[in-house]
Amino acid sequence: MAAQRIDLETVRHVARLARLRLSSEEETRMQEDLSAVLAYVDKLNQLPTDDLEPTAQVGEAGTPLREDRITNQPETEALLANAPDRQGGFFRVPRIID
Amino acid sequence: MASETAMAAENYEAVIGLEVHAHLATQSKLFCGCANSFGAGPNENVCPVCMAMPGVLPVLNRDAVELAIRMGLAAHCAIARESIFARKSYFYPDLPKGYQISMYERPLCVGGYVEIEANGERRRIRLVRIHMEEDAGKNIHEDGTSLVDFNRSGVPLVEIVSEPDIRSAAEAAAYLRELRALLRYTGASEARMEEGNLRCDVNVSVRPRGVEQFGTKTEIKNLNSIRFVEKAIAHEVARQIDILEAGGRIMQETHLWDPVREETRPMRSKEFANDYRYFPEPDLPPLRVTPEWIESIRVALPELPAARRERYVNALGLSRYEAAILTEEREVGDYFESVAAGLRNAKTAANWVMTEVLRVVNETGKPLAHAVPSARETGALLAMVEDGAISLNAAKTAFMAMCQSGKPAATIVRELGLAQVSDEAAIAEACDQIIETHLRKVGEYRAGRDKLFGFFVGAVMKAMGGRANPRLVNEILKRKLDQ
Repeated sequence: MAAQRIDLETVRHVARLARLRLSSEEETRMQEDLSAVLAYVDKLNQLPTDDLEPTAQVGEAGTPLREDRITNQPETEALLANAPDRQGGFFRVPRIID
Repeated sequence: MASETAMAAENYEAVIGLEVHAHLATQSKLFCGCANSFGAGPNENVCPVCMAMPGVLPVLNRDAVELAIRMGLAAHCAIARESIFARKSYFYPDLPKGYQISMYERPLCVGGYVEIEANGERRRIRLVRIHMEEDAGKNIHEDGTSLVDFNRSGVPLVEIVSEPDIRSAAEAAAYLRELRALLRYTGASEARMEEGNLRCDVNVSVRPRGVEQFGTKTEIKNLNSIRFVEKAIAHEVARQIDILEAGGRIMQETHLWDPVREETRPMRSKEFANDYRYFPEPDLPPLRVTPEWIESIRVALPELPAARRERYVNALGLSRYEAAILTEEREVGDYFESVAAGLRNAKTAANWVMTEVLRVVNETGKPLAHAVPSARETGALLAMVEDGAISLNAAKTAFMAMCQSGKPAATIVRELGLAQVSDEAAIAEACDQIIETHLRKVGEYRAGRDKLFGFFVGAVMKAMGGRANPRLVNEILKRKLDQ
């Protein structure tokens, strides 16, 4: 099965979803890289998996669960310390228009 | 024009599905030990996990899972033995990780239904699923800037997705009221729309009656009261019918409800909306739930509203309407049952709770337990009515005084002198006096003017300050006049 080459439009779409601004050189390089990744996935797709459960994780245990207890103290100042901009206890960001 | 629109509306059927988000009533957040509380100062309930600092890992809150399962069982869902958290990716300032941890292909609760009563008809609204997810933070918009508070980031939610089984605004409201009742009965959520811990998105389309295929749907967001949900749906259904009648096409778009102008308007369409690139959350292994755990949750469930309604109708003889009102809030039903326990007729308790008790609760805006006397005292007061010791009107006066002073029923009735006179000798004496002073009217009555009987009753009641037992006055007067 021939690996399908990803087109430039798709590269640009994915870049926009990821909020990345790519130069045309980068777009071309990404096209190569992503196509190679997809080619590898295509190869995996050749394996017979009809009888297998989809496996997103390995391991038997299942996710650990914690007790429902408040264990964190307010640390507003520490957590805001790296904020590029703030107003009182809030993070300040450019106005969101919607 | 109006009748033309109405006629056009008759030819269409609305197809409505609801997506409801409810905050789970846990102490802490879904994946970290921050407080899950409403009303803290900005960014007080935050930590590196819910603010997505590098290197942190989520650890799932057991009680959040349990509350979600409770709601799932209450809505007759199948509980998945294994469910999988997924990342839903999008960028927004209130979403610190750049993705929301949700469930996608393998939700916790599958199928199920909610039973509603609307327009005197009982119907089942089927559910697609109930899944768990974390909430995002909150944006506050000011002039030229936006402020972000992450207190809500990571608060546990269930999203309850209905099939498009709802056919009118009234049914949507009934469905929401029933969901709210289920969330509260199970303790899964406080389900207060005004505090934002119950939110609703609506999908609406219309189709000509008899047509199987769905029309193009629009989504309405920003609905934070049941009344708005009803109004927004009614508005949107009418808008779509108008467009179709004019030969137009419905655009698949998201609308915002404007509660001031009472209309829906389209949101600026997002170019890449709904391209969320879901994939399994690598930081969380699958959630495994044992049958024993599910069973232990099932046996601990309280009697749910639908079962309670049936019992009120079948065992207590209430109407469906009364049963619906009394079961909407668990504490109202509990209160009604305690009051009714001491009475011969449950209807007396039902009428009283629906009129007097709920009126006081609504007027004071206080929770039931603080607004009205204890069920025991209210029961004692109504027992006096049943026994003929006080009149219904006197009971109303006494009840208001009890609400204000907190004194027991017996004390209030004594203090206000509300006791009804059931002393036959005293009533007979009053009747004799009235008869003596109105001999001419007595003659007319005996000659056949039956209508005068009411006059005598009124006169006796007046002579006794309105406190005579009316049944006894009727009996004794009749005996004396007819002899």
